[in-house]
Amino acid sequence: MNLLVEDLVQRFQVPGRGGRPAGTATVLDHLSLATGEIGTLVLVGPSGGGKSTLLRILAGLDVPTSGRVSFDGQPLPSDEESLRRYRRTVGTVFQAYNLFPHLTAMQNLLLPLIHVHGLNEAAARERVREPLERFRLAEHAHKRPAELSGGQKQRIAILRALVVQPRRLFLDEPTSALDPEMRAEVLEMIAEVRAEGAEFVLVTHEMAFARRVADEIAFVADGRVPVLAPAADFFNRQDDPRVRSFLQLTLTT
Amino acid sequence: MPRWLAHVIVVAAFTAAVAAAFARVDYEWNWAAVWDYRQKLLQGWLVTVALSLAALATSIVVGGVAAVMLRSGRPLLEAAARVYVELIRGTPLLVQLLIGFYVVATAVGLENRYVAGVLLLSLFSGAYMAEIFRGGLDAIPKAQIDSGRAIGLTRWQSLRLVVLPQAVRLVLPAVAGQLVSLVKDSSLLSVIAISEFTLAAQEVNSFTYSTLESYLPLAAGYLVLTLPLSALARWLEYRFRYETA
Repeated sequence: MNLLVEDLVQRFQVPGRGGRPAGTATVLDHLSLATGEIGTLVLVGPSGGGKSTLLRILAGLDVPTSGRVSFDGQPLPSDEESLRRYRRTVGTVFQAYNLFPHLTAMQNLLLPLIHVHGLNEAAARERVREPLERFRLAEHAHKRPAELSGGQKQRIAILRALVVQPRRLFLDEPTSALDPEMRAEVLEMIAEVRAEGAEFVLVTHEMAFARRVADEIAFVADGRVPVLAPAADFFNRQDDPRVRSFLQLTLTT
Repeated sequence: MPRWLAHVIVVAAFTAAVAAAFARVDYEWNWAAVWDYRQKLLQGWLVTVALSLAALATSIVVGGVAAVMLRSGRPLLEAAARVYVELIRGTPLLVQLLIGFYVVATAVGLENRYVAGVLLLSLFSGAYMAEIFRGGLDAIPKAQIDSGRAIGLTRWQSLRLVVLPQAVRLVLPAVAGQLVSLVKDSSLLSVIAISEFTLAAQEVNSFTYSTLESYLPLAAGYLVLTLPLSALARWLEYRFRYETA
């Protein structure tokens, strides 16, 4: 995939609270970036820097205040109905609360296939059967999310995004809400998915994992991208002081 | 001690205490007179059941509409619903029935007191339903709507497949509880001369001068309705309990 972001601005209204007047927060401040022809892009950076906001725009969930986003030369639409059709062609996994709690894991997997992509139930079940077995989740398929571990829930969420055969995936800190033991199983699954040729944009704090799966890494801070580099080079980039302090913090913890 | 035995002991002790109290009052029981009017009491009881069911169905509709208005984001709709809810919840049902029937219904030309009674009771209960429904809808985390959008659901699909199934499970126990209140509140319809259970008992009392023998069966008749409904509400609470993941 080839991503081009031009002069992206995202502002939010901040409601006034207890004496403080309402205002506007500019989370993305004329952000631009242009990748090469890559498989995976990883967004890293300090909290509040704009990574998740950028990812949500790329995934078609939010409309930017201004600016343009194009994947492979195709610009993203700006009206909700076209965006919804775009969202059907991609998969998104959030940090938490991906699955619907009143449905079993299997029902969660089947729901988009049946209600968004028009498969009948038999075809949908057939589509999810092999991936469920491959990722060792078949025995958990009949359980509700409350009966699953955090790692299992995230893996089912990734599976749900995968089985609709998306063009690319968007993952927003998929392991940040998990205990360390469960992070490994989710990261392994993402690495497997990567090895099978999936294209994705990943936001993560797991720097070692970023180095492992990324083709290019973008450092997002203060609503802009000061550094965009191939993975191997990124960790040698000490010229920007923000990148330097960020790498020092994250690589030594 | 098993739970059922504990309940039996408490009820028996209570009944014994009440019987002892009445024994000291030297009251002349006259059940025969009231027994003659059993048909009338039964009819009144049936009218209460019918009124309560009709009011429940209507109040669900009224409450649903009001809840949607409250969450609509449009100032006029929200204000209309909020004024309705606060007015109804802030005044006694008795006052609403008196004004509603003797002033509004007469002005509008609605003469059928049964229709007016059900409507007024529904408007009363609807305000409480609106708050119940609003709470249920608000309890669904926004993150789930987001998740629905992410997989490409339309707003209507999100409502039908994600929000409503969960919200209905959440509010069912409260709605069942509201039905219990409705059954009891329907007794106030007697003040606008609707021949339901309470009015029937009052009339039997005026015919026979046997006050306790008229009103004790009245209480029992309501318990026959409310106890199973309360049990249903508790069962529903148990049945639909699951953690939000």
